[in-house]
Amino acid sequence: MLSTLSDLTLMAPELWLAAMACVVLVADVYAGGGRGTVAYLLAQLALLGGMWLLLADAVPAPEALFGGAFLRDPLADVLKAAVLVLTVAVFAYARGYLQGRGLDRGEYYVLGLFGVLGMMVLISAGNLLTLYLGLELLALSLYAMVALHRDSLEASEAAMKYFVLGALASGMMLYGISLLYGVTGSLALDVVARAAAADASDPVMLLALAFVIVGVAFKLGAVPFHMWIPDVYHGAPAAVALYVGAAPKIAGFALAMRLLVEGLGGLQAEWADMLVVLAVLSIAIGNVVAIAQTNIKRMLGYSTISHIGFLLLGLIAGTRDGYGAAMFYALTYALMAAGAFGVVAIMSRRSEAELLDDYRGLNARNPWLAFMMLILMFSMAGVPPTVGFYAKLTVLKAVIDVGALWLAVVAVAFSIVGAFYYLRVVKLMYFDEPPEEAAVRAGLQAGTVLSANGLAVLGLGLLPGALLALCLQVVG
Amino acid sequence: MALTFQQFLFYAFAAVLVGAALGVITARNPVHSVLYLVLAFFTSAALWLLMEAEFLALTLVLVYVGAVMVLFLFVVMMLDIDLAALRAGFTRYLPLGLVVAALIVWEMASVLGPARFGPGRVAAPAPHGAGYSNTKALGETLYTQHLYAFEVAALILLVAIVAAIALTLRRRPDTRRQDPARQVRVRRRDRVRLVRMAPERRPAPAASEPGGRTGTEEA
Amino acid sequence: MIETIQSLWAAVPEPVQIPVLIVVKILVIVLPLMGAVAYLTFAERKIIGYIQVRIGPNRVGPRGWLQPIADAVKLLTKEIVLPANASRFLFLIAPVLAIGPALAAWAVVPFDEGLLLADIDAALLYVLALTSLAVYGIIIAGWASNSKYALLGAMRSAAQMVAYEIAMGFALVGVLMVGDSLNLREIVLRQAGSPLHWFVWPLLPLFVVYFVSGVAETNRAPFDVAEGESEIVAGFHVEYSGIAFGVFFLAEYANMILISTLASLMFLGGWLSPFEGWAPESWFAVPVLGTLLASGIHWLLAKTAFFLFCFLWFRATFPRYRYDQIMRLGWKVFLPLTIVWLFVEGLAQYFRIGPWFA
Repeated sequence: MLSTLSDLTLMAPELWLAAMACVVLVADVYAGGGRGTVAYLLAQLALLGGMWLLLADAVPAPEALFGGAFLRDPLADVLKAAVLVLTVAVFAYARGYLQGRGLDRGEYYVLGLFGVLGMMVLISAGNLLTLYLGLELLALSLYAMVALHRDSLEASEAAMKYFVLGALASGMMLYGISLLYGVTGSLALDVVARAAAADASDPVMLLALAFVIVGVAFKLGAVPFHMWIPDVYHGAPAAVALYVGAAPKIAGFALAMRLLVEGLGGLQAEWADMLVVLAVLSIAIGNVVAIAQTNIKRMLGYSTISHIGFLLLGLIAGTRDGYGAAMFYALTYALMAAGAFGVVAIMSRRSEAELLDDYRGLNARNPWLAFMMLILMFSMAGVPPTVGFYAKLTVLKAVIDVGALWLAVVAVAFSIVGAFYYLRVVKLMYFDEPPEEAAVRAGLQAGTVLSANGLAVLGLGLLPGALLALCLQVVG
Repeated sequence: MALTFQQFLFYAFAAVLVGAALGVITARNPVHSVLYLVLAFFTSAALWLLMEAEFLALTLVLVYVGAVMVLFLFVVMMLDIDLAALRAGFTRYLPLGLVVAALIVWEMASVLGPARFGPGRVAAPAPHGAGYSNTKALGETLYTQHLYAFEVAALILLVAIVAAIALTLRRRPDTRRQDPARQVRVRRRDRVRLVRMAPERRPAPAASEPGGRTGTEEA
Repeated sequence: MIETIQSLWAAVPEPVQIPVLIVVKILVIVLPLMGAVAYLTFAERKIIGYIQVRIGPNRVGPRGWLQPIADAVKLLTKEIVLPANASRFLFLIAPVLAIGPALAAWAVVPFDEGLLLADIDAALLYVLALTSLAVYGIIIAGWASNSKYALLGAMRSAAQMVAYEIAMGFALVGVLMVGDSLNLREIVLRQAGSPLHWFVWPLLPLFVVYFVSGVAETNRAPFDVAEGESEIVAGFHVEYSGIAFGVFFLAEYANMILISTLASLMFLGGWLSPFEGWAPESWFAVPVLGTLLASGIHWLLAKTAFFLFCFLWFRATFPRYRYDQIMRLGWKVFLPLTIVWLFVEGLAQYFRIGPWFA
């Protein structure tokens, strides 16, 4: 129960973001001429301010508000900080693209901020109700953002598919949640956890678990609930695909963490079995189908699916090391995805650069951009000095530690298959003739952020210890 | 056992509700379907009233029957729905639909069955006194315990509004519209220009036309 | 005589007594209401006549006083025409759906302290819920008629109702906040003291919004685009004739009276006398005049009559709004206005600004 107003300082970042989103909304209406600029600057201010509020009083131990509906623990703090940082980068990449498309209106930033808020609510959820509300706030913002480019048929189609499938998945999840509520008599995650641990063989509980898993798998995009990912990434404007591809993966991890690990930890053996199927299928289908793609956004979509498979492997391990590895994977993958889509957004400023062929000879047109893309592709493929290698390594180690060697073997085998299409991009950039000679300019802002992003991928690969230790510490 | 008046009402409303719900999916005309749905909402509101949940009952009527379904009806009436095409797959998908329905019924029954929600497990709520206000009680929990969820739900609605407007509002440059504020602000000098000019004489040939035009026309 | 009736009544079994009593009470409310509706139409024609410097109806009975009765007889004896390809059941049930909520809402209206059919706690919500149902009669009539004009009228009406219902609901939230109750009787009693205690003063903007929305909800001029004789002939009831048309007519006027009564109950102190609180006690002791000056049902009727006069006055004075202007007024003026005023009210409540929020 809320005792005093000062307790609300725990949720200061959320309150600040909600208020700022409304400010952006109103300021955008009255800003007149240079419309996008005001909204953009205010949105970045909102994110940075939220960041500052978050870090100013990071909590050492879990604290709850509203009878446990809002949970603030170190895990939440780290995930929220990552979401905020990534979104700052995403907005910076997106700006130039939006300007070139006449989409540079406040709505992108407003919906983006509300999406971030949804992710933060989700990350901090202490009961099933707020978990679902956060998820919906995020999803609704994403549907609208995908459809934002109204004149594009592809975007409308993608938004429609995303919306219909997403609503279906939400319904499934809600049905599972209602069954859980029926069985346990409570929406609070800790009560559900106790009931799940006490009565793990209850068939209705397992049924509820199945529905919940469908919901989680859809939101993450694991096979066989992956159909929306390639279509949405392909159809949405690059700036939106960038947004959808980066931070929401962290939210997806938080969803799995809160719901499966904290809420249904007692059923770990059961859900791990289900996730094994999803993970293996995701890694296999994602990597194999990506090879056949000629569109880079679609290719990155299938690549996402395969990475989600890896993330699930960490959860399957079911140990503290496994969860920490999964978290590390989620954070670093979101970083790589933001960078890769950032390059796509920068390339697509003047005209859509969606096809792999558009990246031919990028080295000649902008060597630094090509080098950043090289790092990102290497990292996604899991080539040693980059963080992608280390992330895969920790996940595999956690899986082997619990004795599931065959899973690790399958994962490695398909990663090697997957390396092909990442390296193909590198080959196109460095060894093919450019289709046109005109230099590609990234601009100061996006260029700086991209450099930081790419170098972070490299730097974290060289010195992963601190972040990994942090991940292990907060999931414990 | 003789039915009490309340039980009689319950079964009467329940029968109407089930009938209306069946009507929603079997009616041949979508407008009739929507009207059946309205009836279903209304009857469920009556059932809630029987359970002393007057706030929820009235809000259901107010929000769903009075506003949401009106808009629904509005849209359905405007649509030109091809009934034959809608009904085409009905028999083909009926078996699958029945299986899914049976599954859902089984699931609901196993969760809500007597083993979990029977009279033994959950005590009957005590009847409230005359002074008990359902509205107040709901308000109190909603604005204290569930304030957070309530506010997040409000934000979701805000996003829905923003999305709906962002996706549909188009400023067409070629539409003509009135701005009453500008109309009111208009002053005489914006519309009429008084020109001072010397009087002119009619040119000589025109003067021969009797009762002809005056020279002011050129001014 | 009275004793025989009493003994007869006592012989009736108890389960029958209660419904019979309720039916009698309903009749006691509805029959005068019907009379009021009939003479409201007469008043309308007379008042608008005088405003337009005419005499108005003056042939049937002394000075035209029997005109409404003649109208009723005429409507009752005319044929009800069913249009070809109309949805027969819906066509016939639409007038019933229009008048049903208009009459049912009267169940919770208190006429005087203790003089009401049902003293329920959520009366305000009940009234709001029932008035929101009135639109179904219009929409169904418009659709079932199988006529372009009727459908257009129904569409306009539906959009208009939804737009104004929200503002109206918010205005009622304001009443709820200062009245601290959903019970209409308690809301009136909260305004006791003096005319200064009436809610119209702290809620002046909400009062205006409520009354104007009420005019719009009843589809009266200047918001009568759902009928719009000059554009869509008569809108939703263009195909109706005879008593079916008469029922729509009844519903519209019954709704007008309802809105006026609710406005007087919620904003002008209902049956409370305006002399209360400042007039010396000796005034109320005067034999007949004292009763008239004291609170009572006659004050409620007088206030209601004033609002009804406003309805007629508006109709005689204002030109019809254009459709988009109606929408703009509802969504872009009234809605923000009510929300801002609720905020102001919240502040007033927090700082306990008397005499209303003390």
